[in-house]
Amino acid sequence: MMESDWRLASKRNALQTRAAMIRAIRSFFADRDYIEVETPTRIPGPAPEAHIDAIPSDGWYLHTSPELCMKRLLAAGYPRIFQITKCFRGAERGSHHIPEFTLLEWYESGIDYMRMMEVCEELILSVARDLGHEEDITYRGRRIAMDRPWERLPVREAFKRYSPLSMEEALERDRFDEIMIGEIEPRIGAEGPVFLYDYPVALGALARVKQTDPRVAERFELYMGGLELANAFSELTDAVEQRVRFEEELKSRRASGRATYPMPERFLATLPAMPESSGIALGVDRLAMIFTDRASIDDVVTFTPEDL
Amino acid sequence: MYNASDLRKNLKIQIDGDPYVIVEFTFSKPGKGQSLYRCKLKNMINGNQFERTYRSGDTFEPANLREKKMQYLYEEDRKCCFMDTETYEQVYLTEEQVGDAKGFLSDNLDVEILFFGEEPLGITLPNFVDLTVTVAEPWAKGDSVTGKSKPIVVETGYALQAPPFIEEGEKIRIDTRTGEYLTRVKE
Repeated sequence: MMESDWRLASKRNALQTRAAMIRAIRSFFADRDYIEVETPTRIPGPAPEAHIDAIPSDGWYLHTSPELCMKRLLAAGYPRIFQITKCFRGAERGSHHIPEFTLLEWYESGIDYMRMMEVCEELILSVARDLGHEEDITYRGRRIAMDRPWERLPVREAFKRYSPLSMEEALERDRFDEIMIGEIEPRIGAEGPVFLYDYPVALGALARVKQTDPRVAERFELYMGGLELANAFSELTDAVEQRVRFEEELKSRRASGRATYPMPERFLATLPAMPESSGIALGVDRLAMIFTDRASIDDVVTFTPEDL
Repeated sequence: MYNASDLRKNLKIQIDGDPYVIVEFTFSKPGKGQSLYRCKLKNMINGNQFERTYRSGDTFEPANLREKKMQYLYEEDRKCCFMDTETYEQVYLTEEQVGDAKGFLSDNLDVEILFFGEEPLGITLPNFVDLTVTVAEPWAKGDSVTGKSKPIVVETGYALQAPPFIEEGEKIRIDTRTGEYLTRVKE
């Protein structure tokens, strides 16, 4: 008799929890009258972003996120939508990255990113309860206190506390990402989940500029157990400004010798009809890492590219 | 020439004329930010280590190393001896140069020895090695739930997790890149 694939067999518990988690996500949105949608995985081009590489597919691209199509649905009058879909990003591989991964995206009209933080709290707490977590979660030996409200920390303040450079200096000297990874991420969220918010405008190509501080965009990231779990915006609805931002991203891609993508004209054409909304993308694999207490994304997917 | 996306643990690159091996590697990419490749590098000649974060666009020279197929003979005074089976030439690597590979070295195993000029510096293992289990708790019948594991030790002293049905004296195959159990080997 052929011996079974033991490594794959040993993922059973993690895969069962992952499946229960996805059921819990679906039931959360169903209870709140969101429509689950499916948009095409293969599209003419992704939203142009400086550091996200799409994988070509027969003249088009595999989507890096369902964002453009989801927003066209918002513009067409679907105010509460969610989607769980495979996304693809080239050259991203590490213990928290895999080129083919699962994103949960949801959008709601009539709310901004601050309200979205609350929805995010509600979702994750509801999933935790469905999975049998009464209070706190332990991840990699660290206790995550789940009681609301979770900490909210402006990016500028995080730089003030933990970085030798201010947010603006770091951006100017092209050291923002390095400091975020090396100095800030290891020091935030030691007690519980934390929302980092108000990112420099240049780092939120699809986010609305904050009225009271035009240097930042209404964007947040959720960190939990040291993992970057979700990214959200108050969505930019000004088509003229959106085009300028995309052009800047494309310029940056050209300057660094990366592939450029076609301007998403049909998306831009429908953008004026899109109501004020907030949207968020949450890494399903990473959430599964937390609920299964696994250190590597490899442990919560059936197969990695290397296994195939 | 290597690109930043080629960087990974155990890759050997050349910096200022010296060969370096990547001993620790972390890929990270904050939110919408750029890919960062954090490496701990060890100078293969003098053992000095340093940490450095690289970015997309950085390029690297492969280390100018020559590989030669040799056979592992024995360990003596914390040194491992390897022999070229055609010329009978023998070379020694220190425990430090052999590093984690030590746990997978069984007598007469064929490996690649890395030379920088005439100097032996390191070792490349075959991807898979077969080793005999020397320590394992007996298999409690009925404990046949798929996916369960137990700790075992193989002839080199290397400890790992394996399925519960593995018993002492059996030969198993290990993936040397991950250090994990793969399958039982029938002789």
